[in-house]
Amino acid sequence: MTARHLPPWRRPARDHFPGVPAWSLPVSTVPQEPFDVSPLGGRLTREWAWGGADGSGVRVCVLDSGIDAAHPLVGGLERAMDVVRAEDGTLAVVPTEPADTAGHGTACAGVIRSIAPGVALTSVRVLSGGRHGSGAALLAGLTWAIEEGYDVINLSLSTTKAEFCDALRDLADSAYFRRCVIVASAHNMPVRSYPWPFASVISVASHDSPNPMTYYYNPSPPVEFYARGVRVPVAGPGGRQLLSTGNSFATPHIAGICALILGKHRSLTPFQLKSVLYLAAENVAVPDGGARVD
Amino acid sequence: MSTDPLESAEIHRRRLLQSIVEVARSVFGAAAASVLLVDESDGDLVFAAVAGEGEHHLLGSRFPAGTGIAGWALMTGQPVMVDDVAQSPQFARSAAESTGYVPRGIMAAPLICDGDCVGVLSVLDRDSRPRCDLGDMASLGLLATEMATVLELLSAPGPAAPAPVAAKPPAFDLAVLQRVADRLPTAPDQVAATVVKLLAMADDLLATSDADADA
Repeated sequence: MTARHLPPWRRPARDHFPGVPAWSLPVSTVPQEPFDVSPLGGRLTREWAWGGADGSGVRVCVLDSGIDAAHPLVGGLERAMDVVRAEDGTLAVVPTEPADTAGHGTACAGVIRSIAPGVALTSVRVLSGGRHGSGAALLAGLTWAIEEGYDVINLSLSTTKAEFCDALRDLADSAYFRRCVIVASAHNMPVRSYPWPFASVISVASHDSPNPMTYYYNPSPPVEFYARGVRVPVAGPGGRQLLSTGNSFATPHIAGICALILGKHRSLTPFQLKSVLYLAAENVAVPDGGARVD
Repeated sequence: MSTDPLESAEIHRRRLLQSIVEVARSVFGAAAASVLLVDESDGDLVFAAVAGEGEHHLLGSRFPAGTGIAGWALMTGQPVMVDDVAQSPQFARSAAESTGYVPRGIMAAPLICDGDCVGVLSVLDRDSRPRCDLGDMASLGLLATEMATVLELLSAPGPAAPAPVAAKPPAFDLAVLQRVADRLPTAPDQVAATVVKLLAMADDLLATSDADADA
């Protein structure tokens, strides 16, 4: 029996897998399903949302493997931090060299800079040693970033450790109320991971359109937005460029767009920002400006 | 096949891992597919199964996990694909040093067992058939999920062995009771009182045991 007669957000999750895989959206081959939209009465256009903005005045924190500040596609950093274990066993966030031996964080930072060239970027290394990032380092880094009051926090990663779920949810709620917008990569494998499924964050999977400013709303959450994630030109080792595919690289597109919107509308709360994103999404906004009406 | 259960389990494990990398190579028409597992002792990635390029010499070889595209998948827990690896001397050298083969493109997906990322499924150089990149990423993720499930099943303890039949207590020498009865009247009062208590406890215990058996 099919559930197609139900609206996308009411359809039951498949129960074969332990997690909720956020399958990406191949817009090049799959027709999109229409859904009803209430435009909230205003005429919100992309021009209103981010026209003329470059992210100046917005502070973006990238929690990842570090960032190579000297890479030409990164364009410098405001701060570079590392999560280290102190002698007493506790984790501390301390200044470090702006470097990235793995290259993943540099790739993400370059995408943010390409969308919002005026932002101030900070790196917090929470992935190291090649092993799947410890959830404890992620918690420590995220706590620090929220306390520091970053406007946007990019998480092109997730933890599969269930014991960190509750603490991460509390942190995500705290960020939401303190106006720190967490933009997190969804998982496209059927495993449980966090924090992307939380309603308090902005979760991102991939579409395969080549336009960096094109993004879609997903009417069938938990993943809420699709951004460019296929063959994305990213900062590679040695100052070069790589073409990379994955939700990791879709996420900084939305982080960059959030920075553009916040640069122009400084007092938006996270729920307002998510509404603006929604109303300006490719499959919600109408071509001549404003949102589709239901 | 070996009759040693441990050796037999290892053969099953190798065959299953190999069958999955063979499927991965076939599905993507790839130059090679491999599974690399994390060595818990030093964090290195170790080739545990290889199909295609390198299958004759890579098994057991290792490289540091913090580098390369496989390292990205391992660190972030997310599938990833890079199409022009050869354009990046650092990644190309890393791949060449680990496999002896310089690919144009690499796909890698994490193997997640019980919330731990224990390794990576890697595919080098898909063929040039028209394909959907996102579909390939989803397929790779599903194969990685299948492999992780296999690894979980293989590492889970087998069905519990039947409990050994409790050995019957050694036959009791009833002559002991006769000796106790003979010596009890002449024992000091305190010793006699203790022996009587012990005998009463033994009597109670046997009575309880009889009642349980009747029930």
